[in-house]
Amino acid sequence: MASPGVRVLLLLVLVSSAHGDASGINRTRGNRTLTPEEEEDSQQHHNNTKAFPVLSFNFEHVRKPFEISLWILLALLMKLGFHLIPRVSHIVPESCLLIVVGLLVGGVIKALDSDASDTNSSVPVLNTKLFFLYLLPPIILDAGYFLPIRHFTENLGTILMFAVVGTLWNAFFIGGMMYGVCQIEAAQLGDVDLLSCLLFGSIISAVDPVAVLAVFEEIHINELLYILVFGESLLNDAVTVVLYHLFEEFSHAGTVTITDAFLGVICFFVVSLGGVMIGLIYGIVGAFTSRFTLHSRVIEPLFVFLYSYMAYLSAEVFHLSGIMSLIACGVAMRPYVEANISHKSYTTIKYFMKMWSSVSETLIFIFLGVSTVAGPHVWNWTFVIFTVILCLVSRVLGVVGLTFIINKFRIVKLTKKDQFIVAYGGLRGAIAFSLGFLLTDTHMKTMFLTAIITVIFFTVFVQGMTIRPLVELLAVKKKKETKRSINEEIHTQFLDHLLTGIEDVCGHYGHHHWKDKLNRFNKTYVKKCLISGERSTEPQLISFYNKMELRQAMMLVESGSLAVLPSLTSMQNIQPRDTVKQRVIPSISKRREEEIRKMLRSNLQKTRQRLRSYSRHDLMMDPFEEDLSEVKFRKQRVEMGRRVRLTETHLNVHNSLSFKGINPQSNKNTQNKIKIYRKKLKNRQHNTQNDTKKSYTKKNAFTSNTQNDNKDTK
Amino acid sequence: MGSRASTLLREEEIEEIKKETGFSHSQITRLYSRFTSLDKGENGTLSREDFQRIPELAINPLGDRIINAFFPEGEDQVNFRGFMRTLAHFRPIEDNEKNKNPPTSEPLNSRTNKLLFAFRLYDLDRDDKISRDELLQVLRMMVGVNISDEQLGSIADRTIQEADTNGDNSISFSEFIKVLEKVDVEQKMSIRFLH
Repeated sequence: MASPGVRVLLLLVLVSSAHGDASGINRTRGNRTLTPEEEEDSQQHHNNTKAFPVLSFNFEHVRKPFEISLWILLALLMKLGFHLIPRVSHIVPESCLLIVVGLLVGGVIKALDSDASDTNSSVPVLNTKLFFLYLLPPIILDAGYFLPIRHFTENLGTILMFAVVGTLWNAFFIGGMMYGVCQIEAAQLGDVDLLSCLLFGSIISAVDPVAVLAVFEEIHINELLYILVFGESLLNDAVTVVLYHLFEEFSHAGTVTITDAFLGVICFFVVSLGGVMIGLIYGIVGAFTSRFTLHSRVIEPLFVFLYSYMAYLSAEVFHLSGIMSLIACGVAMRPYVEANISHKSYTTIKYFMKMWSSVSETLIFIFLGVSTVAGPHVWNWTFVIFTVILCLVSRVLGVVGLTFIINKFRIVKLTKKDQFIVAYGGLRGAIAFSLGFLLTDTHMKTMFLTAIITVIFFTVFVQGMTIRPLVELLAVKKKKETKRSINEEIHTQFLDHLLTGIEDVCGHYGHHHWKDKLNRFNKTYVKKCLISGERSTEPQLISFYNKMELRQAMMLVESGSLAVLPSLTSMQNIQPRDTVKQRVIPSISKRREEEIRKMLRSNLQKTRQRLRSYSRHDLMMDPFEEDLSEVKFRKQRVEMGRRVRLTETHLNVHNSLSFKGINPQSNKNTQNKIKIYRKKLKNRQHNTQNDTKKSYTKKNAFTSNTQNDNKDTK
Repeated sequence: MGSRASTLLREEEIEEIKKETGFSHSQITRLYSRFTSLDKGENGTLSREDFQRIPELAINPLGDRIINAFFPEGEDQVNFRGFMRTLAHFRPIEDNEKNKNPPTSEPLNSRTNKLLFAFRLYDLDRDDKISRDELLQVLRMMVGVNISDEQLGSIADRTIQEADTNGDNSISFSEFIKVLEKVDVEQKMSIRFLH
């Protein structure tokens, strides 16, 4: 029958509506597929019922989508609700509140369920397939696509050390110590063997990206610490996958040989590198596809999402690390796709990713709460308490020990404060739970699950809630909020070149050398293949500058200050500063000014009168974009008008000067400048498919006028 | 090669360089062998041609300026001392140096001196200001030939507009430092010389 989730809804509906309706609903519920014969039969039996059911109730065929939508809606309403209670949301991180909501919902469902006859719980649980195939990918894709690459590559060595060595240390330490604990007679855990303990250790040792993201998002610490913890949580997926499968195989087989251990090591490299390879391949193919999407802008975002998802699924087929594949795909695809797609598609991708990852995260935490209430639990005090303590201890030991080794190789050392935050930020989350869920059904599974849930709750609640005041207390550096200025971009590139040069002088093949080689390779070969049009040869500085100007223009439009144009420095380009004062009163005749204005206006306005054929799949020019181009055109118009006026001024100045015998050559220069500006104007209208003949004749008329005037002033 | 290098470099010299620049003994010896391998003329000094023989410097947009930075004012030869003095700017800043009381003269690899080195690469005429033309020259070197003068000019103007606080239409050293306060110069301008 209907699932408990729907029964909750039904309960609410029924309670509020009249009782009379209830009986009607009950009667017509059921199968819809009556043949006409049967219908006639039923008609004969029930003479008082209507011949044709005007309103009927059939829930079964929309059940699944209905439930899913209901859950998502619940999750989002909860998210909305938190921000209406400001005090609570400041102290408690969102993830904790969501888990509490999950607990409540789970409790309600279980209470409704307990009076039903079916013994197996029909509470929706965070089952592994749902989690790994639907809920996890959006979050990882969002994280990987917007990964701050510069910081990531600069700290890659450190991150890898933490991810690989740290996780291995955690797994073996916890597994080993738990085995020792299980040997204690009083705990009644004698049947837990070493391999099971190691399996448990490998499940619980991995830092969880979802939990880390959820908590760190709200505390805004500096990029270095963020990328260390977050990068570690992403890259340790490979280790977790390998260890998990390894120990699971071993615990079935029973014995471990040296060959098996060796194969395990090889498996690790295959899993991680294979995952990255698959991601890179999909990423490059995706970038290549985006090169051709010029005429179908509407579907551009879908390519990004689908290629990434396919990368994830393909990696999962071979039991390779899906997370690393997804990250590699996003990272590889991003620079080329962003150069190819339209600005709207970029915004779409950004917002859709954020939206999906937000929904996923919310659902994960709610389901975690629900599953806690639902699942069978075996609570063993010793096991659980020791697990929690050992997790903390091993994390601290691991971080401190590794930092000691790592600091010998780092330029900027990690301080004690940094180490503390890294250790404290090692949160466990839903991945551990799902992996535990995958275990085969044994007595130990429920005990393990209980322990895992306890650790997750402890880390998310205790560590999640206290990390913010601790960050304040320790005065950890926060994230710098401002965007990069053009100065920083120029000087950073300058320093890159400088350092590469110095490294070459020293004969030292360091970080900068390889980065420079990669950039060069990228520029000469890869960009040409994957980026369409002339943007393939655009230097990074220019695209950065263009983006900045676009952003500024959009900010202007949004703030509504169109009347006050900024002092765009490009408009002051043509003359040195000291002639600014001379500019105040231009000395061209009114007639010519009118001519210039008329010419500019007519040429520029034509672009909007082009008729468009209607098609549902075309992106219509919406008012916002029209305003934007209006701003651009107005800027251009003013710029052009000013330039022409100024060159006229120059012309007159030079004319008067030449009258006094100064070099008349400069006259030609300014006339050439006028020609150049008009040519530029003409070129800009080429794109809007204007009638060039008209502008030609107008130009000719104009120059002849100018020449006439020159003769006059002379 | 190695034995010849150590006989040519006396212990006292190594000590002096160590005191001046802060490099360790092994780092100095390694860099000395690099110095001698570059010194094709074997006269104990490097000329500009020796530097230009390094292939990667030829394709570096700032290659010429970097080479010039090694040579002191007006000279054409640089000895090992001068070589090390320039390279000392790129030594990583160590923690114990930060804690120690600052010595009478600032060490060569302090943040200010690193930035001063970079500033001097922009400011060729040594007037302690990066003018618009100097900035344009650097931009042109970094960006290549395909970009129009006008676009570069607007970038240069925008850059100066952002950084200039005293309105003299050029970037002074203090403005330069201020603009780069968010950039992690200690990490960006350091080379990990392996011991």
